[in-house]
Amino acid sequence: MCHQSVGLIQSIIEKAGIPTVSVTLLREITERVAPPRALFVDFPLGYPLGTPDDDLLQTRIILAAFQLLAERIPPAIIRDFDVARNSWNSAHRGSDEN
Amino acid sequence: MANISDLKLAYQVFMKAYPYRRVDWRPGARLKKPLCDARVAVVTTAAFFRPDQPSFDTSIRGGDYSYRVIPIDTDLSTLGIAHRSDAFDTRGIASDKNLALPLDRLKSMTTGAVLGSVAPRHFSFMGSIAAPGRLIADTAPEVARMLLDDEVDAVLLTPV
Repeated sequence: MCHQSVGLIQSIIEKAGIPTVSVTLLREITERVAPPRALFVDFPLGYPLGTPDDDLLQTRIILAAFQLLAERIPPAIIRDFDVARNSWNSAHRGSDEN
Repeated sequence: MANISDLKLAYQVFMKAYPYRRVDWRPGARLKKPLCDARVAVVTTAAFFRPDQPSFDTSIRGGDYSYRVIPIDTDLSTLGIAHRSDAFDTRGIASDKNLALPLDRLKSMTTGAVLGSVAPRHFSFMGSIAAPGRLIADTAPEVARMLLDDEVDAVLLTPV
């Protein structure tokens, strides 16, 4: 139920006026809850930012998520994080994440 | 890879039949300044709590809808984890809390001038809330008000 809880909290914060983005490990649930912006990461449950102690990967995921804040909404956005393609540098430059 | 079909059969049955809730967030909020000037905060449902805070109550029917405030100066290695769900592997967040509450990563990003600043308060829920009425009516709006009080510009949320 973590993904529903995240989506609901996110939607309430967004409604209060602060832009939000979430990470999702279960696309099917996030599609149903439909929060404003979500980055789908292809990792097991319990590993939203990838790998423990992998500072670079965690930073890349965070940057890719924050990039979604610049996207026009509605409708709700669920974008894939591409582990192979996304690099810290390309994310930092603002390249498209899809 | 996480799919509903990868979970235990009992979870699959529950999750496919469950009437998921939505909250209407439209029209949506806009980032009012560049990230390099923005103050950011994290909300996680990893059920982290500090040693000086009560744990979450796993006996509450429908799920514990409370939250714990995690100040920015918290030593992440001291955080406890209340989650008892066997739907996911807790070893990752147990060994590196940044995996769900990436305060060290965000601090590094401010040093590199990628982000403006990290908010003074961050928030932890226990995500296993099957009956989210009080979450929607009470605790999530409380957290939103605190984020506004802290003049937060953007929020990152992480499930487990």
